[in-house]
Amino acid sequence: MIKTAELRDEAQLIASILSGEAHLFHELIRPYERSVYVMALSFLKNEADAEDAAQEAFLKAYRNLASFRSEAKFGTWLISITLNEARGRLRKAKAVVLQSLDEEPDAEGHISPALLRDWREIPSETLERQEIRSLLQAAVGQLPQMYHEIFLLRDVEELSITEAAEVLQITESSVKVRLHRARIMLQKILAPQLRHMTPQKYSQRRRWFPWL
Amino acid sequence: MVIECKHVWEHISGYLDGTLDAKILAQVQIHLDHCEICSAIMDSTRNILILTADERVFELPLGYSQRLHARLDAELSAMSSPHGPNP
Repeated sequence: MIKTAELRDEAQLIASILSGEAHLFHELIRPYERSVYVMALSFLKNEADAEDAAQEAFLKAYRNLASFRSEAKFGTWLISITLNEARGRLRKAKAVVLQSLDEEPDAEGHISPALLRDWREIPSETLERQEIRSLLQAAVGQLPQMYHEIFLLRDVEELSITEAAEVLQITESSVKVRLHRARIMLQKILAPQLRHMTPQKYSQRRRWFPWL
Repeated sequence: MVIECKHVWEHISGYLDGTLDAKILAQVQIHLDHCEICSAIMDSTRNILILTADERVFELPLGYSQRLHARLDAELSAMSSPHGPNP
């Protein structure tokens, strides 16, 4: 994550932009280009829409820079803007899957993981395969929206629990509950699919019994 | 105290984040040491989180950054600086 010295630089950059050096905005946003695009893509599921939404989010950030409170992190603020932009577009496209009424957001409901007897570590090199990347993207994309959001903020954008709670305007304990459910849902979707996708050369554990 | 698999599943996320309190952590750890199913569930979840967080999963389109800065350039020069409302 961004270090203290970088945050100080950010504060200086923002002050300079607000006092008229608009071109410095390019520099300010450079570290966040990827995060903003990934957030947008994950919601909109289409590269062109995601790129447009990302550009719009950066422009909104520029237009509203004066309202940015320096006690917050610029990155967290930017992610909030992106999230709102993506949510707004989804609403317009009427693509929001309505939350089922019997699914209470923060209920203590139990979600069971996929049961496995063993797990062969799938190394990151497998991500060179498009089919694996597609599988992961599809699994994240099929999470219900509130789980999708928390998963992206915490596990992809690596926001802290406090920052994620701030962006989503929910309590830290709701962040933990939702994140837990999101992770178990992903395990349930992906574990059975991924275990059949690992080529032999990547297997790290030897099979002792050929009939298992 | 011995805990059942179902109770261990409730703590998967906290275990991976290192946020469990010491007593629960010890119970979960003992269970994991003896239960191959829960241990495989924990390993698979950790593995899946590492994979989904990898930058290669969501790639930036070619030319994205250039197009972004070009649009910003166009709009920034057309707009007044953000310190106050347009006249």
